[in-house]
Amino acid sequence: MKTVEDATAAATLIGCGLRPKQVPTRDVVYGELVRRYREDPGFAQVVNGVAGGLGLRVLDVSPAGGVVLAAGHDSVFEIKMETYARQAKIRERRDVEKVLHGIVHLAVAALAFPRPADLANDTYVGRVTVEQVDLMVREACRLLDERADLAGTADPDADTPELEQVWRAYARRPEVAATKDGRAAADSTRGMVARALRFLAEQGFLVPVASEPDGLYRTTHRYQIQVRELAADRAFGELLALGVVSIVDGSGRLRTTTDTLEG
Amino acid sequence: MIDDVGLVRRLKALACTAPLHDLDARKGMLDWVEAEPYQMAEIALHTIDQVTIAMDFDTGARHRQVVDRVVPFVAAQAPDRHPDEHLRVARWVLDSLINVGTVDRGFRRVYGEVDAGGAYTRRAFDFKLLVELAAADGEVYLRATDEAINVLVGALDTDVESAQVAAEVKLENLIIRGRLAEARLAAEQARYRTVQFGETLRIRLEATRRDVRAVDWEQDLPELIGSALTHIESRFKAESAILKNITVARDDAEEPHRKRRAADLVDIVGDCIRRHTQLQARLLSAGSVFRAEQDRQLFAGPPQRAAVDLFGQLLLPVLELPVTRAVAPLEEYFRGSAGPATPPVLTLSSLVSLLLRPPVERDDLVGELPQPDLIPAEDADRYSDEQWRLADELLDLPDVARDLSGLLAEAGRLDPGLPRLVALRAMHAYSPELAAAIRRGQPSLLIAVPTGRRLDPALTGGIGGDELVLTTAGLGDQS
Repeated sequence: MKTVEDATAAATLIGCGLRPKQVPTRDVVYGELVRRYREDPGFAQVVNGVAGGLGLRVLDVSPAGGVVLAAGHDSVFEIKMETYARQAKIRERRDVEKVLHGIVHLAVAALAFPRPADLANDTYVGRVTVEQVDLMVREACRLLDERADLAGTADPDADTPELEQVWRAYARRPEVAATKDGRAAADSTRGMVARALRFLAEQGFLVPVASEPDGLYRTTHRYQIQVRELAADRAFGELLALGVVSIVDGSGRLRTTTDTLEG
Repeated sequence: MIDDVGLVRRLKALACTAPLHDLDARKGMLDWVEAEPYQMAEIALHTIDQVTIAMDFDTGARHRQVVDRVVPFVAAQAPDRHPDEHLRVARWVLDSLINVGTVDRGFRRVYGEVDAGGAYTRRAFDFKLLVELAAADGEVYLRATDEAINVLVGALDTDVESAQVAAEVKLENLIIRGRLAEARLAAEQARYRTVQFGETLRIRLEATRRDVRAVDWEQDLPELIGSALTHIESRFKAESAILKNITVARDDAEEPHRKRRAADLVDIVGDCIRRHTQLQARLLSAGSVFRAEQDRQLFAGPPQRAAVDLFGQLLLPVLELPVTRAVAPLEEYFRGSAGPATPPVLTLSSLVSLLLRPPVERDDLVGELPQPDLIPAEDADRYSDEQWRLADELLDLPDVARDLSGLLAEAGRLDPGLPRLVALRAMHAYSPELAAAIRRGQPSLLIAVPTGRRLDPALTGGIGGDELVLTTAGLGDQS
């Protein structure tokens, strides 16, 4: 039985989901609605329907993380890379700037959930700092550099700058750069990582760990869901379409189950 | 043609020195200093030297500290100049070595290479001399890169370890022969090599701490640690022997100059030994880091569901893509992971609470803003008021049409600079913005129409182009 009350309740629940820092455990009404969503399939349908109408998708509803929503393409709630990377300087190639910001975001997730098992485990809490994120990407760049050295392509072709690989662009960017008044420049890689962590904290995906003074963040359940259920698969789909990675086990599934050290 | 690896190495070594030569080439263009007495390349080498000496496993040199140590050297080159200028020169050299002002803060040199197929390809070689890094306390400090150290030491593109051995052998010989000045240089070289070696190890160990599987613990790292420990052991022996030798040399020396040099050398070798100890402590803790991480990661229990390997299946493949192709997957990832955007103000009550929120207290003030020294702009008018008035008179042509050539000739008789102004205004009058002029309520407008003839530069004071007919059209009737 779908009534106006149901629709109101469903909209309230979605409203709660849009407030990134609200959690069901601290809000009686929210907690009650989450419980109802999980126990009443009819209500769940209404919630999903209302979300769909707003251009949102319900990724997960749980007592710990509340409602985790994802914005669809061209939804008013969608955050686009163009908006995020807008401060990029005009003289710099905009693609480079966008790609570096994207790499930083991907690296935050990769550091927070270093192994597939960590991403799959609902109770796992990842920890990230600006320094670690930057170091991880730089180490990856070094590995790729070594690989390129072995393959005999140590330096990029000077005539085709557009074919330059992402890792070269990242490795070349300084990790910090002092400005005239002694602050760190925002277009250095650590500046970018710091910005990404602040952004993710505002979105309710990361929480600063108060006892640690040096900018340590821990992940929230929402972040894990968002990365696991949506972002990673989407990006992986794009890579498949580009033919960069291929599915190895023949079953057509994107996900692997390799978890042990023997792998 | 042959594929010559040595040629490429030499080209790159040459490229590393180019920024230093550039300094001397560019110094003439500096408008704040008469830079002739300053040998910029020398100052640059000295700067790299200071940074390298101050480098440690964990810390580097602060900008300020480096500049302070370079200033006396700058001052020695031009003692009669003002100390402020010495400071500015030192800063300029330091900034140039970092290459402040570019986004990547580095240098790029293009070199050519003949590949296996015999084709000539141009490649870009990116390198840096001094890099800025962040310390644990958030401060920015400087380190010299491998390229810079190689340029400085003069041993261009050599293997780290073999160079270390060579330097030690040389050092021992020099001390036995009592040549302390050269011994000091060799000791410093040995120290740079040790720093370089430690740097390589530091990066590997950091990676191990993060993810056990990211580093090959079966072969790669044990080998590295093994060779590093052997290296430290042999260095300890060699340097302890050297230390004993020069301590004796220091104590026996009669001449104060020689005594001081020997004392310096004792300090340097002592520092080398201290660095080896640091390196060894790091190596010994590596094994326990591995075991602890392995325990944590392996015994975490079976996975609840399958998931993507973010590092291996997403990050690495994307890093390998060309920039233009990487945009799509990364944008897709960002859109998926950014979450929904929340409008900042949803209700009136939240707006009120937003407005009533006490402002964040900022205590990290950057200090006093420097007052810029402004020089009043130079008079940018090319033509004087008098010339403008004359041109106005000439071009006021109600009810008559005149050729441009005639006007130019007349203008030339009034003032030699006038024809150019008249010609410019005539050109401006060609196809003028009529609608805009009417909208502004302008009473009349100068209009130029080409006649199809050409101007003769000889008659018009050097101005060529199409001959125009000019007239002033009244605009009053329409409005």
